Amino acid sequence: MINWDFIVGHLNYWLFIILMMTGLYIVVARGNLVKKIVGLNIFQTSVFMFYISIGKVTGGTAPIYPVNRQGDIEYDPTIIYSNPLPHVLILTAIVVGIATTSLALALIIRIREEYDTIEEEDILRIEREMSAQDNKEHGSAMGGRA
Amino acid sequence: MSVVETQHAAKTLMDHLPVLQVVIPLISAPLIVLLGNRKLAFAIAFAASATAFIIASLLLAQVTDGSVISYHIGGWAPPLGIEYRIDALSALVLMLISGIATVVLPYAYTSIKFEIPKRHHTLFYALYMLCLTGLLGMVATGDAFNVFVFLEISSLSTYVLVAMGAKKDARALTAAYDYLIMGTIGATFFVIGLGLLYMATGTLNMADLAGRIADQGANRTVQAAFTFIVVGMSLKAAMYPLHHWLPNAYTYAPSAVTTFLAATATKAAIYVLLRFMFSVFNPAFHFEDWTLYLIFIPFALLAMFAASFVAVFQTNLKRMLAFSSIAQIGYMLLGIAMLNATGLSASIVYLVNHGITKATLFMGTGAMVMYSGSAFFDNLNGLGRKMPLTGAAMVAGGLSLIGVPGTAGFISKWVLVQAAFENGWWIIAVLIMLSSLLAVIYVWRMFEVLYLTAPDEDCTATDPPLPILIPMLILAGACIWFGFDTELTLGSARVAADGLLAGSAGLIVE
Amino acid sequence: MDTSTALYLTMLIPIVAMAGNMVWKDQENLRDGITFLCAVLTFACVLVILSNVGNGTTEAFELFEVVSGLSISFHVEPLGLMFAMIGSGLWIITHIYGVGYMRSNNEQHHARFFACFSIAIAAVMGIAFASNMFTLFLFYEILTLSTYPLVAHKGTPEAVKGARIYLGILIGTSIVLLLTGVIWTFTIAGTLDFTKGGILEGKIAPSLLPVLLGLYAFGIGKAALMPFHRWLPAAMVAPTPVSALLHAVAVVKAGVFTMLKVGIYIFGIDFLAATGASEWLMWLAAYTIIAASVVAMTKDNLKARLAYSTISQLAYITLGMALATSMGALGGGMQIAMHAMAKVTLFMCAGSIYVAYHKTDISQMQGLGRIMPITFGAFLIGSLSIIGLPPLGGSWPKFLLMMGAADAGHLIIIGVLMVSSLLNIAYLLPIVGRGFFRPVTDTNLPKTFAEAPLLVWLPPAITATGTIVLFFYAGSIQDFLAPIVENRP
Repeated sequence: MINWDFIVGHLNYWLFIILMMTGLYIVVARGNLVKKIVGLNIFQTSVFMFYISIGKVTGGTAPIYPVNRQGDIEYDPTIIYSNPLPHVLILTAIVVGIATTSLALALIIRIREEYDTIEEEDILRIEREMSAQDNKEHGSAMGGRA
Repeated sequence: MSVVETQHAAKTLMDHLPVLQVVIPLISAPLIVLLGNRKLAFAIAFAASATAFIIASLLLAQVTDGSVISYHIGGWAPPLGIEYRIDALSALVLMLISGIATVVLPYAYTSIKFEIPKRHHTLFYALYMLCLTGLLGMVATGDAFNVFVFLEISSLSTYVLVAMGAKKDARALTAAYDYLIMGTIGATFFVIGLGLLYMATGTLNMADLAGRIADQGANRTVQAAFTFIVVGMSLKAAMYPLHHWLPNAYTYAPSAVTTFLAATATKAAIYVLLRFMFSVFNPAFHFEDWTLYLIFIPFALLAMFAASFVAVFQTNLKRMLAFSSIAQIGYMLLGIAMLNATGLSASIVYLVNHGITKATLFMGTGAMVMYSGSAFFDNLNGLGRKMPLTGAAMVAGGLSLIGVPGTAGFISKWVLVQAAFENGWWIIAVLIMLSSLLAVIYVWRMFEVLYLTAPDEDCTATDPPLPILIPMLILAGACIWFGFDTELTLGSARVAADGLLAGSAGLIVE
Repeated sequence: MDTSTALYLTMLIPIVAMAGNMVWKDQENLRDGITFLCAVLTFACVLVILSNVGNGTTEAFELFEVVSGLSISFHVEPLGLMFAMIGSGLWIITHIYGVGYMRSNNEQHHARFFACFSIAIAAVMGIAFASNMFTLFLFYEILTLSTYPLVAHKGTPEAVKGARIYLGILIGTSIVLLLTGVIWTFTIAGTLDFTKGGILEGKIAPSLLPVLLGLYAFGIGKAALMPFHRWLPAAMVAPTPVSALLHAVAVVKAGVFTMLKVGIYIFGIDFLAATGASEWLMWLAAYTIIAASVVAMTKDNLKARLAYSTISQLAYITLGMALATSMGALGGGMQIAMHAMAKVTLFMCAGSIYVAYHKTDISQMQGLGRIMPITFGAFLIGSLSIIGLPPLGGSWPKFLLMMGAADAGHLIIIGVLMVSSLLNIAYLLPIVGRGFFRPVTDTNLPKTFAEAPLLVWLPPAITATGTIVLFFYAGSIQDFLAPIVENRP
């Protein structure tokens, strides 16, 4: 017997988990450095969604207090408001995410300048050659390997 | 335990110290960029970090009696406003971070000339100060989300600092990229944990969180939050087996950056772990006990043996020290997992002493690399004899890393083993000692290379200029000094451990 | 001068000597003169302490507290005072010998050599006067580290390898076993102060006591108890003055001294006797005595043979502690003094032969005794003392140990001691016999009397005389040491 209430009631969590796993999978499985960053973005976005969705209070409205003509707040205790704090928090996280992405892209440009590729396999191959070279030159202390 | 409340009405400069601690380095960073002058940049950075160090010392002097300073940003009272909380633990770690930052700067001034293109020097100082801001902020704040913000400030600047090593070796770029991916995943895990905590409790102030978690007890949301936070922070702390970013980052970063990071970055992450595990989550929370026994202890032991073993076979001194760092993190986690006052103080004192020790070693290595061109052992032959003072500093650091009596490292190991005996874990005690043997082996390899091999015929190396020599000797002196005078380190660590074990009770504002 | 000043001076003066060696690196006469002066002053300070305290025990002088309950502090008690006298007295002689040896043998890096030598002596003084296990451990490790450059002195691959084994075993055992034992003791007893009658009684389950004793017995690697004895032969690559220092003055004596201190002041002889915890150690020591002597017979290299002889003789002291009787402990204490005097003689003779004719193997020493009679005469006297024949000092500790074994009711041990003496004869006297009675085979050797330089042959002659003198003063040494086993505060 499928518990539909449970599944539908936690819809936002399902979406969060699916996005999160998609993102993480891309980070791990893709060899292209830019695609990895896209995966990382999806992963972070899932967390943004998670935060935004938990701020919602059932039946709540936008957390804006009405103001009358004199400029005083008309506070009505019967109205339910959604929680604005997670939204504010996630603004910070979005800014951090953008910073991370731009930094990562800048790094990728520099990597391409140095390695002439942004495919992880090629980079690893080049680095293996570099450490083989290091071993040839300096490995005598440890019998030719590092 | 008394809590000193600082209200908005506070007027004296002393009352604003907790926030000045973070704000001064933060302001210095844009100032450096705006002025754009290399010499001035160094002066500003040095002044700012020295001020931060003085502030940290003043703060520590106020809290060594076990009291807590609570500072309300903008006068907004917690739990709604952001609160900065300074207790013995945070003050001690603040002092370590700002102290190392101050000592490393003069060294950086000389060493980056060899390692970073000239046009990047100003930016280097700006990023260095941002990194310092982030690390200090993580430790000073009493607000859980604030920890994340500062964590990212320090991480983002760290990625760039690591990548600056690209002038010498292109692998610095991929090291920074890997670190970025791993670090972002870790930080995002941490945010997920915070989100779950917020769902369960509706607050982000650590003291408030602690109280509400204690009221509602363990439930699945809190357990999930705990898991995400611990995994996220373990990644940043390079806990085995989440350490893969560390060896490359430490090896290819400019030596000043390596010195600074090795002494502070993982230590700040350990601090956050301690803060969450003990202050926010109740230590009596059974889920946590299992985590400690079943996850921390095995992985800590693995780190102690596996990473030390790998260190023994390195041909590059910087890389060897990096693996040794991973092993040493194991000892700190082991101390946490002992769950008694002695074990916690061992962890805390280990954190401080190891920070100083590793800074000495990386700085000495950097000074030698300035002459040899690389940190490969065969390029360092006999340099200890050619550079007697640098060599002496390396010996002091190396002995402290092993834990020879009369050095800082001995004190931390002593307290750790004592804690193991107090728990009756004599097998662990013996394992700690056995793993120290591996440290003897790799440190001795370094000594043999530095002293017992003949230097190259045309080797012109001499001791580095004073701006490098003085910081290095200060650090080396500290390695010895803290082996005898433990009032500051172990004394504060004991107060800090008591504060942590008092758990949430110590955090709740009366 | 009051006792505490003199006590601190015994550690400071060697440091001054080290500094002098570092500063005046290139002026060898000035440098060696300063060291000599420092050695004499150190000995004088020990004598001042002796005249102030006699064979009493002083309160601990606390230098400073490191961790609450653990402090760097010192006190004077008979065993330590005796050890300090041996250490500082023999420093004078080994220094004279070292100067002669290093100069006539054209060794390199004199300044570094004598500087490390001086630190080692400072460490010995620290060990001798330490009033708790924590302080003792600190100086124990300083001693290991400061002698490491001495063992690796020649810088050749063999020297580096030997030094590695030396350091590996000493640091390894001290960290893994000794430090574990010390911290364990501190955790259960709450103190590490050396206290008459021990600090462990009633604090530890009797079944665990042999384990803790094992941590100490094997952890004190400097005592060279089998199977952790390999470092001693390995360290033979060092120049001979270092071997003399290691074997007779500093390192191994520091090891067995620590062993006695632990037995008497941490465990307590009576507590050991009551629980029988040390019985296994006694058998192990007995085994080491015999086995090392047998191995010594197979060695042709003179220094290697002497090294195994040392391993065997050191086990006497461990045996004295493990017998857990007052006679045994006294015999062990006296053996420290007697063996030091005799073994330093033998090593200096070996060095003298090497300096004069570069002979290291016993089989090459045919007839050398006729060419260098003083050296071989001193060697004979030293050998007889090791064997334990009257009228030489070495006979007394053996006698006391046998009495101790009889007190403890272990007649087999008496047999072991006798067999050991026979084995000593078998591996030591042939060397002398070969030297005096075999014809000279090596045609390169001079036909007439041709000794090593004065500074090289004189010191062994002095110490050989010393072994004879000690025979007649053994009674006063015994009286001097007696308070350590009187179980009254």
